[in-house]
Amino acid sequence: MRPISLVAVRMTTSAKQFALEWFSGLGRGALLCRDIFKSIFKVKPVWRDVLYQMYFIGVKSQSVVTITGAFTGMVLCAQTYFQFHKVKMDTATLAVVSVGMGSELGPVLTSLMVAGRVGAAIAAELGTMRVTEQIDALRTLATHPVDFLVVPRFLAMLLVMPILTAGSVCVGIFAAFLVGTFLLGINPTYLWYNMLHYTGMNDILTGMIKTFVFGAIIAVIACDKGLNCPQGAEGVGRATTEAVVYSSISILITNFFLTMVLNKLLP
Amino acid sequence: MIIEVRDVKKNFGSLAVLQGVTFSIEKGEAVTIIGVSGGGKSVLLKHLVGLIAPDAGEVLIGGVNIACLDERELMPVRRQFGVLFQGAALFDSMTVEDNIAFVFNRERRYPREEIARRVEEVLEMVGLKGIEKKWPADLSGGMRKRVGLARAIIYRPDILLYDEPTTGLDPIAADAIDRLIMHVVQQLKVTSIAVTHDMRSARRIGKRILMLHEGRIYADQTPEEIFKSTDPVIYRFVNGISAQQENLDL
Repeated sequence: MRPISLVAVRMTTSAKQFALEWFSGLGRGALLCRDIFKSIFKVKPVWRDVLYQMYFIGVKSQSVVTITGAFTGMVLCAQTYFQFHKVKMDTATLAVVSVGMGSELGPVLTSLMVAGRVGAAIAAELGTMRVTEQIDALRTLATHPVDFLVVPRFLAMLLVMPILTAGSVCVGIFAAFLVGTFLLGINPTYLWYNMLHYTGMNDILTGMIKTFVFGAIIAVIACDKGLNCPQGAEGVGRATTEAVVYSSISILITNFFLTMVLNKLLP
Repeated sequence: MIIEVRDVKKNFGSLAVLQGVTFSIEKGEAVTIIGVSGGGKSVLLKHLVGLIAPDAGEVLIGGVNIACLDERELMPVRRQFGVLFQGAALFDSMTVEDNIAFVFNRERRYPREEIARRVEEVLEMVGLKGIEKKWPADLSGGMRKRVGLARAIIYRPDILLYDEPTTGLDPIAADAIDRLIMHVVQQLKVTSIAVTHDMRSARRIGKRILMLHEGRIYADQTPEEIFKSTDPVIYRFVNGISAQQENLDL
């Protein structure tokens, strides 16, 4: 076979393999979602487990998310000011920060940080449980892994993500206000007034809806990767990496479509 | 018959692990399944409790074919089983007490005092009284297996499954586990199925031995018959003679 045909065959095979893995992953995710909703509505969730996960996901992620929000707000404020100053629109700086943080940067960056910290931890924990037969042990003890392991994480993620995002956005706006006032010398009254004037309820709602969806994406992908982790330490490592990478990519792609849809629904 | 396995086949990719396994086990029997490492013994054991579904064939537990049940339908069937895993599979985020009382704690069927009393009782049975508050990471291999056994028997199951109960243990710890299994089977009058390649253990804990060879049940005999057998496959396995060794001897 000529080298060029060999390359073509190899490329086709890897494309087929990629497509197969992608579709099987999508199918597994859909089935996991079905099991999660079945479990939530048919089996009573154990709220003690949900609370523990809320502590792990929420409280323990707070510092990371707060720092991310603060510095994103500060840099966004500085960059916006540098451009707006040229056209004498300095006092609109905080409005841009507020809308940008509330509807885009806040939810996306918070979710990416949580995917990195919590998604990786969930995939590693469930993956280790799988390779050490703890999940099989759970099943032999007549306990469904989705009821015990997935549902508390899923519910905790849904409940905690909007709170984390709201915190991150508030800190970001406040940090931007401080930078604008004390470092860039913008009039604080106009800065604050314009922010309130140009930030609508739709911006806040858009951000909250997005963060809710992103939370579900992180939980489902991380749990799926952990529960279907290949054998051995390498398998756990791969599951952890894939959980973070796939969650991050899914968040970024979903964000675009959500922005377009929510812009129509919440004009 | 409490367990009936009919013509079970299982492939992993192109590897045919089980190629038509058929056997049955009566209530109260103590059976050992032997065979070479990687020969499908653990896979067969996992079929009995529905952890793996067969590609073909039937697995009947108390007359119910579990091969076609989904995860939730399997849950009541699994309540009949207690399983001791090869590495004990203790939940490493829980203490020994919480591991053993896992289902009781989840179902909140009994008051705390009653659960604590039952945990103490089974720990005493396995000779590990007073380690309730320890973590699995603080235990030796033998202790972990004993705790795994305590977790398997606390619910008074009808059927106990042991996956390589003595693998990875020193001879003294292995002897202790064997005695413990015999004691538990005698005391609780349960059906016991152990998978092992440790012939000493197989002889002691089973009243009947099934030999799995090339994906099928090759022999179904008493321990005495197995140890006296002149069949080359059984003889080689029982006496630990590899094909290479045989060639060297020639």
